[in-house]
Amino acid sequence: MKYLEAIGKYFIMIWEVFKKPTKWRIMKTLILKEIDELIFGAMGIIIFISFFIGGVVTIQTALNLNNPLLPKSLIGFATRQSVILEFAPTFTSIIMAGKVGSYITSSIGTMRVTEQIDALEVMGINSLNYLVFPKIVATMLYPFAVAISMFVGILGGWVAAVFGGFAPSGDFIQGLQMDFDSYHVTYAFIKSIVFAFVIATVPSYHGFYMTGGALEVGKASTTSFVWTSVVIIIVNYVLTQLLLG
Amino acid sequence: MIEVENIHKSFGDNHVLKGISTVFEKGKTNLIIGQSGSGKTVFIKCLLGLFEPDEGQICYNGQYYSKLSTKERRNLRQEMGMVFQGSALFDSMTVEGNVMFPLDMFTNQSQSEKQDRVDFVLKRVNLIDAHKRYPAEISGGMQKRVAIARAIVMNPKYLFCDEPNSGLDPKTAILIDNLIQEITQEYDITTVINTHDMNSVMEIGEKIIFLKNGFKEWEGTNKEIFKTDNKAVTDFVYSSELFKKVRQMYIEERN
Repeated sequence: MKYLEAIGKYFIMIWEVFKKPTKWRIMKTLILKEIDELIFGAMGIIIFISFFIGGVVTIQTALNLNNPLLPKSLIGFATRQSVILEFAPTFTSIIMAGKVGSYITSSIGTMRVTEQIDALEVMGINSLNYLVFPKIVATMLYPFAVAISMFVGILGGWVAAVFGGFAPSGDFIQGLQMDFDSYHVTYAFIKSIVFAFVIATVPSYHGFYMTGGALEVGKASTTSFVWTSVVIIIVNYVLTQLLLG
Repeated sequence: MIEVENIHKSFGDNHVLKGISTVFEKGKTNLIIGQSGSGKTVFIKCLLGLFEPDEGQICYNGQYYSKLSTKERRNLRQEMGMVFQGSALFDSMTVEGNVMFPLDMFTNQSQSEKQDRVDFVLKRVNLIDAHKRYPAEISGGMQKRVAIARAIVMNPKYLFCDEPNSGLDPKTAILIDNLIQEITQEYDITTVINTHDMNSVMEIGEKIIFLKNGFKEWEGTNKEIFKTDNKAVTDFVYSSELFKKVRQMYIEERN
């Protein structure tokens, strides 16, 4: 019952976010600020993780394809498929749920605790629109981050394959081009847009409706990370079934 | 003027406000006092429209809040200024940004007009050199003055203050009290202050409402509070030795 109530409250919050918009002149500045913090601020960790994950996927694939009859190009093929279909959109989103989600929950939660949200409400401002809408718009640029993650992940795979002696560069690149289906990239981008919405809204919900003090802000950040990850994993399953099944 | 008619407010089984009626007059500093848990904060949040009363009406200069449309309520909110207990300044903005915020949101004034207005109100609250500083970089007393400046920048008709001098030293607390009273008289606004501070009661309490367990236990002025025999009020007001002596002296003088 408690969960049903929370789900209902979450969807009411989403509805409220789009009501009574803030002046565009103000909103534009807020959106640019959020793009800087939520997307560009996360690029460093996304690039770092993607590079090494790509490398690890390549090494593990190479170690499991030790049959001399299997061509080395399969290493590139497997790396490409793993990175594009799953690692770049889903794994990166889980990382983002930790980094960006915690930031969103703690910043909104702190505003709640210090009555800054009440101050907005008293002024007659739709605080949900003011605080959450710019985050939703900013995270819609998330597919851009996922595209970079795909590129860097595959680059990491190539570096691991070539410099680790698992496959020659030509074979690896041939594998990258083998049976390429552009729909897989579209599928990854569709997933990442949905994940971006989840990353912007679930932590906002936990921050906005939290009660208590500084300790509860920390607890809310942890809870928000857990629930954002759970929602991403469930949505990932549903979207995969719908789009690829 | 704000007229409150028999308001009730409950949270689940907790009946917080139990039929409070009163009138907050224009151009006066109206104080709400009472022990912690007596319903003061809930009452002020009802006045601000942050909580909707379960029963009863609140009337702002003849407009019943419950009968207003969403747009009318929004417009009414823009006539209200609020000074929160913890100041509630926006951490990410400078002092100037905080004070300019309502002007940015609700007016189409040019940058120079807004700047003039911000400079004027900051000067009015005696803050001259803090424009570019962030809330974390200024003292509690200065934060309160910024909060007052933000609350009055839109020329509000109603000013609400939740414990405006909590956490301040006695000297700064008196300065803040006097500033609020001066602003109230200067701009002829209806000011409602929620306080625990007995100095405030004595200094600026032109009208005082004492809440106890969600009921309005007593109502009067700072002069009348000396004379009252209401036990709940005297227990609360004269709980400190200092105020007991003040009262004793007052009674002796009177006799």
